[in-house]
Amino acid sequence: MSTSLSVAVLMSSIRSGTSLLYATLGEMVGQRAGIVNLGLEGNMLIGAAVGFAATFLTGSPYLGVAAAALAGMVGNLLFAYIVVERRANQLAAGLTLLFLGFGASALIGRPFIGVIITGLPRFGDFDPLVWLAVPTALLMGWLLFRTRWGLALRAVGEDPAVVFAAGRRPDLLQYEALAVGGLLGGIGGAHLSVAFTLSWDEGMTAGRGFIAIALVIFAKWNPLWAVIGALIFGGAEALQLSLQAGGADVSPFLMNMIPYLLTLIVLVFWGWNRRSAAPAALGRSFFGVE
Amino acid sequence: MQRDFVMSLRGFATSAARQGALRAVAVALAALAIFALLLLADGKDPLHAYRDTLVYVFGNAYGFSELLVRMTPLLLTSVAVALPSRLGLINVGGEGQLYMGAWLASAGALAFPNLPAWLLLPLVTVSGFLGGALWALVPGLFRAAKLVNETISTLLLNYIAPLIVSFFIFGPWRSAESSSYPQSPAFVDAARLPSLGGTRIHLGLLYGLVGLALYALLMSRTRWGLEMRAIGGNPEASLRLGIPVAGYLVAAMTVAGGFAGLAGMAEVSAIQGRLVANLSPGYGYMGFLVAWLAGGSAAGILVMAFLFAVVSSVGDILQITQGVPYAVVNLLMGVILFIVLGQRGGGRR
Amino acid sequence: MTPLVEASGVVKRFGSLLANDVAEFAVGPGEVVALLGENGAGKSTLCKILYGYYRADAGEFRVAGRPVRIASPHDARRLGIGMVFQNFSLIPALSVWENVALFLGNLPWAIGPTELRRRMRSLAERLRLSVDLRLPVGRLAVGDQQKVEILKQLLAGARVLILDEPTKVLAPQETEGLFKTIAELRNEGYGLVYITHKIREVMTCADRVAVMRQGRIVGTLPQREASEATLLGLMFGDPSLPLSHRRAPRPAATGATVLELAGITTPPDAGATVLHNLSLTIHSGEVLGVAGVSGNGQRELAELILGLRRSSRGAKRLWGQDATHWSPARIRARGVASIPDDPLALAIIPGLTVRENLALGNGRRYYAGVGLDWRTLNADMERIRTRLRSPPLPPDTRAAVLSGGNQQRLVLTRELAHDPKLIVALYPTRGLDRRGSVALQETFDALRVGGVAVLLVSEDLDELFTMSDRLIVLRDGHIAGTFLPASFRAELVGPCMVGAADAA
Repeated sequence: MSTSLSVAVLMSSIRSGTSLLYATLGEMVGQRAGIVNLGLEGNMLIGAAVGFAATFLTGSPYLGVAAAALAGMVGNLLFAYIVVERRANQLAAGLTLLFLGFGASALIGRPFIGVIITGLPRFGDFDPLVWLAVPTALLMGWLLFRTRWGLALRAVGEDPAVVFAAGRRPDLLQYEALAVGGLLGGIGGAHLSVAFTLSWDEGMTAGRGFIAIALVIFAKWNPLWAVIGALIFGGAEALQLSLQAGGADVSPFLMNMIPYLLTLIVLVFWGWNRRSAAPAALGRSFFGVE
Repeated sequence: MQRDFVMSLRGFATSAARQGALRAVAVALAALAIFALLLLADGKDPLHAYRDTLVYVFGNAYGFSELLVRMTPLLLTSVAVALPSRLGLINVGGEGQLYMGAWLASAGALAFPNLPAWLLLPLVTVSGFLGGALWALVPGLFRAAKLVNETISTLLLNYIAPLIVSFFIFGPWRSAESSSYPQSPAFVDAARLPSLGGTRIHLGLLYGLVGLALYALLMSRTRWGLEMRAIGGNPEASLRLGIPVAGYLVAAMTVAGGFAGLAGMAEVSAIQGRLVANLSPGYGYMGFLVAWLAGGSAAGILVMAFLFAVVSSVGDILQITQGVPYAVVNLLMGVILFIVLGQRGGGRR
Repeated sequence: MTPLVEASGVVKRFGSLLANDVAEFAVGPGEVVALLGENGAGKSTLCKILYGYYRADAGEFRVAGRPVRIASPHDARRLGIGMVFQNFSLIPALSVWENVALFLGNLPWAIGPTELRRRMRSLAERLRLSVDLRLPVGRLAVGDQQKVEILKQLLAGARVLILDEPTKVLAPQETEGLFKTIAELRNEGYGLVYITHKIREVMTCADRVAVMRQGRIVGTLPQREASEATLLGLMFGDPSLPLSHRRAPRPAATGATVLELAGITTPPDAGATVLHNLSLTIHSGEVLGVAGVSGNGQRELAELILGLRRSSRGAKRLWGQDATHWSPARIRARGVASIPDDPLALAIIPGLTVRENLALGNGRRYYAGVGLDWRTLNADMERIRTRLRSPPLPPDTRAAVLSGGNQQRLVLTRELAHDPKLIVALYPTRGLDRRGSVALQETFDALRVGGVAVLLVSEDLDELFTMSDRLIVLRDGHIAGTFLPASFRAELVGPCMVGAADAA
């Protein structure tokens, strides 16, 4: 492969991986607090639809992204309500967000199918969200590991009883974590419609929400490793795109299966090879009984 | 005598039947409200639209028969959720299991076009069951081995199954007939489930009703049902009592998948007559909701499946006549699930 | 010198159980007060009240002479009272300094590690805790974890430190380190309360000893005036009175060997007691009593016998056959019944009816083709009910709504239905009233005569003395002593349970 081609693939990987990274970071914060959100896909869809609609309506992609972030936060807070307050099964609650996300995003985006917008401008090769992606990961790392809030949050994901004994409120911390997570998930979705494809279609996230969940495990719940993971998966997608553009004879259906299979494999491998990298209170949801 | 009356009312008030009835009403109201909002947003008159729609659905025989057609896959996919739920398993994979049942059934139908109906139809039926069963077996094994929770694995497999079907339709099974979208060749008549009169009601409805009845009898009257309910009630105690918990987990998932597979088989054999790409408008997920709303009871499933058939019909008609997108049904499902889970302890099984 | 903490007139009830009735309790600066007593004497309860974990029904509390109210652990910590429990409230995945930081209230938003670490390091040095503060707590040895827990409380401002059975989780060599730490703290002026049931420890590190029995403090002595004999006397009561009137001595068991454990050792398991080189035999027609403070391996022993726990060494034989690797189902089918210590959690399916619960776990007995043979079930139920002389259980109610005693009866009925030859019973009379207990004891007696073997685990020495043909004492996962009916006396068995003397 010539250097210019590989550079192009690298650029493409970075662009593909950006929305993944935001979504992964968002899910990671929630999981660090002990909550797994299966509805991330729905969250991202809401972000994509709202971001696109707002950009079109206001003419400003920045407002669009902001609106998407807000919408994502609202979605996650609904989820938080049934999980934290009502103590519902986390996996079933994630499904709720999934359905809501699919339905709401389809309805919001319906008038905008086929519309093209001018999305986020590029500075150099990348738009602002790409430039901010790694700094966001660093910010998350700092928040989680260097602040009192992050410490308490990580403790909630390990053992809420201990946090309660220390005089904090685990449920409040979980709400806060999920709010941040929703914000990031919404941004991740918005990047797809407002910067990547510059269009909206029903279900356009195509499973990225699930890949993000796998990436959180792959990254061992560490924001810095998430960057690497998002790059790799972004690269896989970039490769797939360039293969298809080059006329390679692989069925798109088989290619589209890859994210889900990969996620499943990561999960099985992790289940087989369990090391205590996961927040302790989280593990139960993944393996068996909650 | 008055006292007796009051007591019996009180009994009804606290019974599960009352809860179920309330839920059904809540679902209906939620649906009506959401559809109405959308119609209003579009500048249309909801009451007018409803009247027309309901007249169509309930007012003529064909409309009503369509309800039964829609109810059929729901009966099967909801048993696919209800059965494992009695053991404490959450099977969201009805959609994928449906597709894989359709796929294997199609394989059977396409491979043996020359068999007589009395051989081919059972073969296709069994294949449908097997396809769904195998697709659910894998998550079942993962769960029994404590590797991955079945909610996650079945959900992921839901995305993979339609892709497999599409792969075959666009590839090895692509019909030679030119058509606006790819599909498999049509099945021979021998592979098609017979239907009733001029309607589209087909033998699949019988599969659904029999399946539901078998499920109810299994759980309430057999020793396997008792042991399964024991596992759902207290897995630790069941283990100590010598019940083979892991075996039951796998068996329940597999049989459940088979039921959903039958739904897929019915779709391709009776309704479509061939394997097509978009088989299901979410029957698997709707079955999930039906089963949860019904609390796993067979009578409840019957009622809720009918209700969802109505909702789905209304949604379809509104889409055609009023331009309301079908995605609203997804939204509706999300809202319903939200309400159910939002009740105190509503999500913990 | 003003005591650091004083409590007077403390009364606490749990339902009808009088857990505490303490007239006076105080800890002074630079003093170690040992709170000594048997299991269930009320030591932990009193201290949990001081720590704000429980609220007393009555009582006055003073800190440094001022009257105070302690409504929560938060209050207690603010007042300078800290408590180290047996299960540490530490998070294994977080590092040492993160665990401590979590507890400190006055941390800045962005925690600069330097200042905090400096303080911690100096304190850690004084406590002889020499681990890297960045290590996850889960990787530390248990003794070091305990020191972190102490560190945490001290840094949060405790002047009084309560230690609840601190040596329970430690390896023998770690206890030396603990005693040194306690001495250090005492010399620096802290007040320490040391809860224990082990007399040897009291003699080693306490300045004063307060002995509790049945919720009351029955005596307080300075350490130099205390001797093993006096302490034992205070703990267990007047030795001259026989604690139980035994029935007429029974003939020695001569039946076939039902169960044999030879050199059983279990692999290490977080949270469970490890069994060490355990050997015992039970013969048919014999009741083998197992005494001991709960938590010394009783549950693990029962689980091992029932096939729910694997051994890493040793053999288990049932009726002469090697049953070391048998599944629980097979063991049950062979005729072993189990009455666990928490029937609701371990033996009952709450959502099923009484009748349905009874139908489970009995192998093929109630199978009738595809369905169930309710007729045989009902007959069995009736048969055993008369034998137990208990009122009938409502067959179609859900098991979850039964009272504790009825739940126990449900389990008994089911287990007895398939005519077991060996019954493993853990605290079977817990939750039963007087009449139920007596009926149960008579049932076991009758079973004994019929050739059934019983392994009876109980905390009630009285009950054990009445029912057992032989008695073993479990301590720290091994058999600390064996007793025959002639030696069934509390003043002999009690000390063996708490480790004062090992009877061969």
